[in-house]
Amino acid sequence: MADRGIRPGVHRIFRLPLRSKARVRADVDEELESFLEARTEHLIARGMDPAAARAEALRRLGGATVGEVREYLYDSALRREERVRFRESLHRLHQDVRFALRSLVRAPGFTLVAVLTLALGIGASTAIFSAVNPILFEPLPYPHPERILRISDVGPGGSRLDVTFGTYHELAERSRAFDALAVVKPWQPTVTGASEPERLDGQRVSAGYFRALGVPPVLGRAFEPSDDRVRGPKVAILSHGLWRRRFGGDASIVGRLVTLDDNSYTVIGVMPSAFENVLEPSAELWAPLQYGESFAPDSREWGHHLRLVGRLRPGVEREQAAGELAAIARTPVPEFPRVPWASLEQGLTVSSLQDDVTYGVKPALLAVFGAVILLLTIACVNVTNLLLARGAQRRGEFAVRSALGAGRPRLIRQLLTESVLLAVLGGVLGMVVAELGVRALVVLSPPGLPRLGAIHLDATVFVFALGIVTLTGLVVGLIPALQASRAGLGVGLQQSSRRTAGTHASTRGTLVVAEVALAVVLLVSAGLLLRSLQRLFSVPVGFDASRLLTMQVQTSGHRFDVDSVRYRFFEQALDAVRRVPGVQAAAFTSQLPLSGDLDVYGVHFERDRDRADALEAALRYAVTPGYFEAMRIPLRRGRLLDAHDVAGAPQVVLINESFAKRRFPGGDPIGERLHFGPDDGRWYTIVGVVGDVKQASLGLVQSDAVYVAPTQWHWVDGRMSLVVRSRGEPAALAPDVRRAVWSVDKDQPIVRVATMPQLVAWAAAERRFALIIFEAFGIAALVLSATGIYGVLSGSVAERKREIGVRSALGASRGTILGLVVRQGMTLTALGVVIGLAGAVAASQALVSLLFGVQRLDPATYLGVIALLVGVSGVACSVPAWRAARVDPSIALRAE
Amino acid sequence: MALLKGTLDVLVLKTLSWGPMHAFEIATWLEGRSAGRLNVEDAALMQALHRLEERDLLTAEWGTTEKGRRARYYRLTSAGRAHLKAETARLTTYVDALTTILAARTAAD
Repeated sequence: MADRGIRPGVHRIFRLPLRSKARVRADVDEELESFLEARTEHLIARGMDPAAARAEALRRLGGATVGEVREYLYDSALRREERVRFRESLHRLHQDVRFALRSLVRAPGFTLVAVLTLALGIGASTAIFSAVNPILFEPLPYPHPERILRISDVGPGGSRLDVTFGTYHELAERSRAFDALAVVKPWQPTVTGASEPERLDGQRVSAGYFRALGVPPVLGRAFEPSDDRVRGPKVAILSHGLWRRRFGGDASIVGRLVTLDDNSYTVIGVMPSAFENVLEPSAELWAPLQYGESFAPDSREWGHHLRLVGRLRPGVEREQAAGELAAIARTPVPEFPRVPWASLEQGLTVSSLQDDVTYGVKPALLAVFGAVILLLTIACVNVTNLLLARGAQRRGEFAVRSALGAGRPRLIRQLLTESVLLAVLGGVLGMVVAELGVRALVVLSPPGLPRLGAIHLDATVFVFALGIVTLTGLVVGLIPALQASRAGLGVGLQQSSRRTAGTHASTRGTLVVAEVALAVVLLVSAGLLLRSLQRLFSVPVGFDASRLLTMQVQTSGHRFDVDSVRYRFFEQALDAVRRVPGVQAAAFTSQLPLSGDLDVYGVHFERDRDRADALEAALRYAVTPGYFEAMRIPLRRGRLLDAHDVAGAPQVVLINESFAKRRFPGGDPIGERLHFGPDDGRWYTIVGVVGDVKQASLGLVQSDAVYVAPTQWHWVDGRMSLVVRSRGEPAALAPDVRRAVWSVDKDQPIVRVATMPQLVAWAAAERRFALIIFEAFGIAALVLSATGIYGVLSGSVAERKREIGVRSALGASRGTILGLVVRQGMTLTALGVVIGLAGAVAASQALVSLLFGVQRLDPATYLGVIALLVGVSGVACSVPAWRAARVDPSIALRAE
Repeated sequence: MALLKGTLDVLVLKTLSWGPMHAFEIATWLEGRSAGRLNVEDAALMQALHRLEERDLLTAEWGTTEKGRRARYYRLTSAGRAHLKAETARLTTYVDALTTILAARTAAD
């Protein structure tokens, strides 16, 4: 029999229409009926009577169960139909993609511009998302991270202050809301042994630290309360990285001894490799805090230097815990006496650890994320515009296709396939942009950016990118597809339809307006940040930051347990440094401005003697003679500290200018006396007033400061910052200065080497980070909207060639025609600018916390952006306008 | 004699290797060839046809019988032809083995 079907391998030209479910069922019914009839006839032919034959035929088809047989056939047929549909759609997709590819290849210029634009938008947003996601959206990498809270004391002006051990002790005993509470402080031991001595970043933690985070060691055990007491066992837990690096991943490490700062510590555990220590990402080992419980007022137990974290008991809400802590803070009990500077009178600040870790960077990151969404939108608008312009050129093609029977849905699908394909190509290239972007972000990131290690392109980011690509493809293609398909169906084959050209032009005009508006929002934001940064850098820091080299010198080991030995070392180091050629002046200070140091003590003036609560929080600096000269901090009154202010001599202090003005308005502070902390009889006489210095950050208002000589303080600080005024480039001096310190004692660690200009820059790093990104995006937005304006005007000039020709034939001057085109472009720009300004006013609200010294409605910024946009669009208009003015009337008229 | 499980599919494929047929033709062809020894249930046949079609071993199209009735004509696909070949070889080997064992004479005979 002849082959009735179609040979495999031969493509069907006319597809069989797909069948509905009802149709599939009806076919099965018909087949069964036909079979029954044939069987019945067959039986009748063998001599059965018709009724019996029919009954027998039915019986053979299952009899009572014929319904089941029928169902079986239905199901099978429906499944087959499903598969045909699927294959059909795959086939169509294949066709569409091939067709789309062909049409993209035919217009390489268009494809290139569109793909690059999309790659920029998709790549930038993917890169930013990968940076923002682990910080803002992903939960911290701990079990039930929402239960981990950070608790802070309340400092001057409502700021967050680290807690004292006394406060921790009281809360740990009195609070019932937590499974574990723990305090932690930085620790930088030097490890010695078989290999090179190495300075490590670590933490001293109370016993509950790892329980509070919820991550146990992978080897060995966590700290127990028995580890964490005065003169407790010297035990340490290593990070996975340190264990691999320093100990070769030795599985028998637990129980072994390591030498840290001349002491033998027993390793009791190793943390898992996935453990992320968000409170101190660089920490590589941990040891118990081992504070005493004597609580003498001048002991370290009452210093604000511990970070407190707690894990809520299951079922306890954060509000409940905050309420309980507030109640404890309000009601001191005799068993837990407090000191005036940790009286908890202003309560405690409670926040989730997640919020706490992202506290400083959240505004900048959210702003940056918003900016990239704007950029992506602009990129989309631009590509939409390109597609519209292309759609206008392809009107003839669509008309032919629809005349050949392609329905509107088919045309729309075809065009959407094209735009999604563009987006996919843009996405692939965008991944390259994203990878580069992520690297740039990590380099640019402000020092305070948490979870830096978690920033990379991972599965979540890819899903995000995929989503963006799909969405972009559809969004970008929808309007052009709808328009083009309408044109294709509506106006048939007449090429030059003025009516549809009108709608095209107005849609494209609207899109350009949107583009300009978005660019205005980005540029205004960038402008506000730029001006903030300028203001910030023009803030007087209070000293001469140029040609200043800084580094922290630490003492390590038991021979420095005695104060006088410690001080001798610093003195000798200073002498050695001063002898280095190129060093103009040098001094040590216990805390370095703008370095992150924040050492605050309670100060009590003698004149407030009868008011025991009149304690002032002030920054305490222990500085060697020559500090003010080296820093060039001006003396306002009295004298500076000098070599005679030593232990045993009359105790003297300097205070800063704003402190003096606030406490002694109109009076003279010289000769007044004060003491630190509780009244222990150690009075200091104010002998001088010096200029204000920015300590915590450039933006913060001035805080009070007190300067003492190191040997007149209660103890000699074990780590001091060296400031060196150089004759030449300060950074170049660093190796020599380091060598000079090591010439005194080669085992003393030197860390945080930086020039003061670097520290000043870091102090503004977060704003600068936001600024760089906004600037980059702003420029990209400007270029994109300029090309948008250019594209629309060129298209419009090309379409109106005839009209322009007629006009000039009728005597319109070149100037008139030039004005015609420029006016069209400028109208779009003006509309965009107006809408964009409204948007910028709204968006600037989100930037407020990043601004400094500039109002969010700063007129200069807004005017500058308007001028910039008008200028750039003027340039973008000029080329098409010039082209229009050159239209030769005779050629234009003949073209029709 | 009822059919052994799984053999109906092969028989249907074999039948169709002679050319496209509709369901009833297949039924009568099988009855005729086996001289009535094989009892093929109509219900089982219909199900087998659809099952084979679902597995892409058969394909079907509507046509008209000699008696002017509309019927679905089944036809082997190339996959069906290959399947038939493999199954035939498998079944032949199986039946040979079975025959050898069952035909062996024992003391009881």
